[in-house]
Amino acid sequence: MQILDRRLNPSGRSLPNRQRFLRRAKALVQDAVRDASAKRGIRSADAGGEVAIPLHGIREPTFHHGDGGIRDHVLPGNKEYRAGDEIPRPPSGGGGGGSEGSPDGSGEDEFRFVLTREEFLDLFLDDLELPEMAKRRLVEGSDPAWHRAGYAVSGSPANLSLSRTMRNSLSRRIALRRPKPEEAEELREEIERLEADGDPESRLPALRADLERLLRRTQRIPYIDPVDVRYRRFEPVPRPVAQAVMFCLMDVSGSMTEDMKDLAKRFYVLLYLFLQRRYKHVELVFIRHTHEAAEVDEETFFHSRETGGTLVSTALEEMRRVVADRYPPADWNIYAAQASDGDNASGDSQRTARLLTEVILPACQYYAYIEVGRDGEHGMPGFPRGPTDLWRTYETLVAMGAPMAMKKVRHRREIFPVFRELFQKQPAGGEGARA
Amino acid sequence: MSTTTIPAAKSREPLYTGAEWDFSTLQRINDACEEVALGELGLTIYPNRIEVISAEQMLDAYASVGLPLFYRHWSFGKHFAHHEALYRKGLRGLAYEIVINSDPCVSYVMEENTATLQALVIAHAAFGHNHFFRNNRLFLDWTDAKGILDYLEFAKAYVQRAEEKYGEAAVERLLDSAHALMNYGVHRQRRRAIDLRSEEKRERERREHDERVYDVLWSTLPNKPAAASSSTEEQKRRALLQLPQENILYFLEKTAPRLQPWQREILRIVRNIAQYFHPQRQTKVMNEGCATYVHHRILNRLHEDGRIGDGALLEALHSHTSVVMQPDFDDPRYGGMNPYALGFAMMEDIERVCRAPTDEDRTWFPDFAGCGDPMPVLRDAWAEYRDESFVLQFLSPRLMRKFRLFQVTDDAAEPVLRVDAVHDEHGYRNVRRALARTYDPAWTDPDIQVVDVDLGGDRKLVLEHRTDAGRLLQEGEARQVLRHLASLWGYDVLLREVDPSNGAVLREHAVSPPA
Repeated sequence: MQILDRRLNPSGRSLPNRQRFLRRAKALVQDAVRDASAKRGIRSADAGGEVAIPLHGIREPTFHHGDGGIRDHVLPGNKEYRAGDEIPRPPSGGGGGGSEGSPDGSGEDEFRFVLTREEFLDLFLDDLELPEMAKRRLVEGSDPAWHRAGYAVSGSPANLSLSRTMRNSLSRRIALRRPKPEEAEELREEIERLEADGDPESRLPALRADLERLLRRTQRIPYIDPVDVRYRRFEPVPRPVAQAVMFCLMDVSGSMTEDMKDLAKRFYVLLYLFLQRRYKHVELVFIRHTHEAAEVDEETFFHSRETGGTLVSTALEEMRRVVADRYPPADWNIYAAQASDGDNASGDSQRTARLLTEVILPACQYYAYIEVGRDGEHGMPGFPRGPTDLWRTYETLVAMGAPMAMKKVRHRREIFPVFRELFQKQPAGGEGARA
Repeated sequence: MSTTTIPAAKSREPLYTGAEWDFSTLQRINDACEEVALGELGLTIYPNRIEVISAEQMLDAYASVGLPLFYRHWSFGKHFAHHEALYRKGLRGLAYEIVINSDPCVSYVMEENTATLQALVIAHAAFGHNHFFRNNRLFLDWTDAKGILDYLEFAKAYVQRAEEKYGEAAVERLLDSAHALMNYGVHRQRRRAIDLRSEEKRERERREHDERVYDVLWSTLPNKPAAASSSTEEQKRRALLQLPQENILYFLEKTAPRLQPWQREILRIVRNIAQYFHPQRQTKVMNEGCATYVHHRILNRLHEDGRIGDGALLEALHSHTSVVMQPDFDDPRYGGMNPYALGFAMMEDIERVCRAPTDEDRTWFPDFAGCGDPMPVLRDAWAEYRDESFVLQFLSPRLMRKFRLFQVTDDAAEPVLRVDAVHDEHGYRNVRRALARTYDPAWTDPDIQVVDVDLGGDRKLVLEHRTDAGRLLQEGEARQVLRHLASLWGYDVLLREVDPSNGAVLREHAVSPPA
């Protein structure tokens, strides 16, 4: 009998199989992932977790009997039946709960399984990337990484390079002709033999002198000398900034309905997930505004109501303050997404445009404006609803070449396509996504 | 290895206390089990190898149908994901063990198990299942326990090389198709002893032979014009191709005109694995019954000898009873007959008939009722029967009453189901026959064979489903399988569903290979 401990064997033996399975069911899983993500809060949207995909896409077919014909069932637990009794057919046609139906009771049409966080995001954000302009400040880092860079004559004992040291020692010993231990040993044996034989006296003194010289030389030339010693050398390499902050700006005045806020929230969720993939550390700042703006927490941001006019510039002003306070653009990658129904007080447009072009946009990696509207607000034929104030303002900015993106969203199902459009991988040399 | 007597043994040291265990505990448990199994029960086993694994590794092993190493395929990933989801939600525990029919016999035990569970598992797998694998006729005839681990290694490496050489997509398509036909990749009649260890050598030889005899000159010969097919020629052709042929994968491997040598080899691998598992499908009740009975006997003996405590026995019994639970047909938990329940009950029942038979038992089982020692009877049954014949032979009226078995006939042509037989004097034999039949692959699997192909003509492959009791194939899936078959065959495929009593064709499925 043998007992083996296999616990230390590499785990994840079936990982290749899992990858193959996910690749196979990619389209199905992707749909499921997007469905699942719509139901979660911003910060937990990327937790991975259970998804269900339709079974038909991944079925392994076999020959088996279908319905019809005559079949027998032998069942345990008879209560009152006697031979010859008739039982009304159960509605499912399974014949008394016999052979059909999925064996594990998890339902016929769905296949449920758990995705890891990585897999979830991979599928969710497949083929998206940050627009080119976002790479501006990626390499200004403060926290260096250490890379191997050759050898040094000084260093800590832990970094001693034994092989390099021994190599130096060997070449030095050869160059200085340090006697090998075998040579001394040979001489000693020879001397002993001659002493034992005791005949030709003449050779013995010469040999003894040789031996003495050899031993002296061995002592003078050390086996390892401090000049041989080498240490592995490391060099600091600056690491790209791995932190980002995401500003969520939203108009919360009375004209923004819960529906519209929900649309905005979905967009923020996507952006947050996406940033998290690129940066180790992502912070969120929520700024809501009516005719005045304030930084709030997520709960208040989405759920409490405010009344007042609409001054977009106040939000930008607040953002400028927060940036100056806590997020110096040199250290942080700044992303901003603004959601609004497009209303703005008529006198405010100038100020908004100026703030954007002069302060906000230069500090940001990316600025997205999402204009949310009600479903069915596409306007009646013949009475097209004109562009909103804010839209017109931003349009002129974009036309002048400002690095920002703007999109209109009217329904939940448009969120993901719009997001994809903004971040789709650009063909080489293509310009950043624009409305 | 002598039988221990109870009074003398009372004073023996307990094997362990509490739930903790280490490797020397496992060793002691194994030795104690071995003493009972080989001495008192007279079992014969392959040498044991017990491997301790973690829960994740157990899930891994689940995913590749319980084999320790296997080639890669997405379907195993799918099964893994499924098991994992159930396990994480706590809907289903993991098996305590997995045992492999190999020599040495490998049992995997989980590190999470308590000492008592390890004892249960070792008695169950390393002795119960092991004895069954070592002695049952089906396993001896159809599987090669010595060669399987090496063969799996070869199969895995071969598939991997094929993936590197021909691309993952091509291999995946091929395996998909082969898996769809896996149930039709077994020889049901015995041909020759299997020797998996020489498989790798034979593969090399086949290829070398093909390369040696290949001569481009042959391909320049003008084709002989196809002679008008007469019935004698048709018969000759069928005989030449060994038609009809129920082993569809074998037929494709040998005959499909457009397969590359590596594709044939992979079909062969899938077929050999299917053949390896074929006995397990036919002996589920007996195999589990045997193992459960053995662990029950061993643990009770260890308890009587004072080698495991009362608490340990209760813990073992708790696991034991939940395994052998049989819900009634109207219970929401019902999912068919539980092979553990039926198997264990039948083994215990045989023991009872041997030791304390009633008059009824004496009329039903004159051969061994009252013979005193159940072990020779059980050992003989475990060696010579499969589920179908075992149930047909050994299910007693008393047990049918205990399970309250009844037989229902479901005729799609009638509006109601009819109770044909119940557990009474008139019904015993019918119930028993019907139950036995549900374990017969010839009844549960559709009988599909390759019946004809015109290799000189349009090369259409003709298969026949000889229907039984008017049960036709499930059409949608049948067409999918046929598409797989057509892609392997490379030409049109036709499946006829016929009524064997009058030869009438009930339905036809024709599928062309993907362009």
